[in-house]
Amino acid sequence: MIRVVIPHHLRTLAQVGKEVELELAGPVTQRSILDALETKYPMLRGTIRDHTTKQRRAFIRFFACGQDLSHESPDAPLPDAVATGTEPFRIIGAMAGG
Amino acid sequence: MSKVRVLVGTRKGAFILNSDEKRAKWDISGPHFAGWEIYHLKGSPADPNRIYASQSTGWFGQIIQRSDDGGRTWEQPGTEPGEPTKTPEGFPMGESNKFVYDASDETGNPLTTHQWYDGTQHPWEFKRVWYLEPSLTDPNTVYAGVEDAALFRTSDGGKTWHELPALREAKGHLWQPGAGGMCLHTILQDPTNPNRLYIAISAAGAFRTDDGGETWKPINQGLKSPYELPDADAEVGHCVHNLAIHPSRPDVVFMQKHWDVMRSDNAGDLWHEISGNLPTDFGFPIAVHAHEPETIYVVPIKSDSEHYPPEGKLRVYRSRTGGNEWEALTNGLPQSDCYVNVLRSAMAVDTLDSCGIYFGTTGGQVYLSPDSGDNWMPIVRDLPAVLSVEVQTLR
Repeated sequence: MIRVVIPHHLRTLAQVGKEVELELAGPVTQRSILDALETKYPMLRGTIRDHTTKQRRAFIRFFACGQDLSHESPDAPLPDAVATGTEPFRIIGAMAGG
Repeated sequence: MSKVRVLVGTRKGAFILNSDEKRAKWDISGPHFAGWEIYHLKGSPADPNRIYASQSTGWFGQIIQRSDDGGRTWEQPGTEPGEPTKTPEGFPMGESNKFVYDASDETGNPLTTHQWYDGTQHPWEFKRVWYLEPSLTDPNTVYAGVEDAALFRTSDGGKTWHELPALREAKGHLWQPGAGGMCLHTILQDPTNPNRLYIAISAAGAFRTDDGGETWKPINQGLKSPYELPDADAEVGHCVHNLAIHPSRPDVVFMQKHWDVMRSDNAGDLWHEISGNLPTDFGFPIAVHAHEPETIYVVPIKSDSEHYPPEGKLRVYRSRTGGNEWEALTNGLPQSDCYVNVLRSAMAVDTLDSCGIYFGTTGGQVYLSPDSGDNWMPIVRDLPAVLSVEVQTLR
């Protein structure tokens, strides 16, 4: 069981609470988590990463286990604590000043 | 009894203002999509309870919302949870927020480039939907004007969107973004000819199709932009802010340009200036009275470097002669210390017997005149900055 924390506006779109749970078969990576998230909640497609290129949107960050993983490869294995559900994978709307 | 529904897009959500035909007492609902920028929302003329909304933020991008009950409830018209997200061939399904420029060999063109600020060529990049224009006859068909400038259409109620790519062939390589972005912000349908559309793009100009979007031509002859362009009479590059027509005379097109208020009597083939005695001819919106095709409205703004009314006086100007002769409408509007702006999509009219004129400001006020502009009153005073105002007259 993978735990994913999503930001306020995406909770509203998906009509879910702060944290959602996903079942993953296979490696636990940014890509596999986002693929599963978008399959379960299609209304989130395009809001976290580009529809076509699958690149992370500029003001979205990925945190886990106290680390910023935003610049890691989308296919890099995530920490064991995320894979086991001990720690959530956090999708964050980045600070944008102002 | 008739009713009026005013659809207000703001920097921080959508608001819906409802009244009976007296327009004296208003019910305000919202914010819908709280915290998101709502560039535009507009109802279908063919089914007034069908409303489309463009919702976006810099963080999460573009969302399209649809209501089938007059704005009480909303849905994203894309894939339902549990439905396949890929076609049998393995391609991603279209989505209500998926706006992909058509570069296919079959239907589109290679994704060309437009001019960038440094004079180099730059590829088209989708940013947001500025304007939604529901079909006059089919509630499931809607045109969307987007940034970077292009025109999209849905024919399935907003589930999927497809570009009309021929527009970018109309000298698109010469288009260059203005300060507000390279946005397609105005779409007009000719009610007498379903194959004719007018569109306008900031810092590119006005364009027309007469064959349902298969081909387009720039319609900028007569526009002069000596302060903005090295060639004041260029075929494209003019900063058109807004267009308006009266449905009974769709060949007569009115334009608020960056500077200059213009008019064409031949569907945009040739324009002439009608700024006349306006205190300044810079501004954003332009509107036509519902029952008087020669009565038009603008909101003069001091200049392109000072986006507020001259002398701190918020004045709508009305011409009953199709331009050139203008009168200031001030009764009920602030006449001192007012420094709000009125954006291009933020003025609209109802079609009640006594035509109502509405506009919203960047200060969050929505003003109404129930008598063609003679007297004004605020419906609301403290919304977020208003980006767009549309009015539905419900009978």
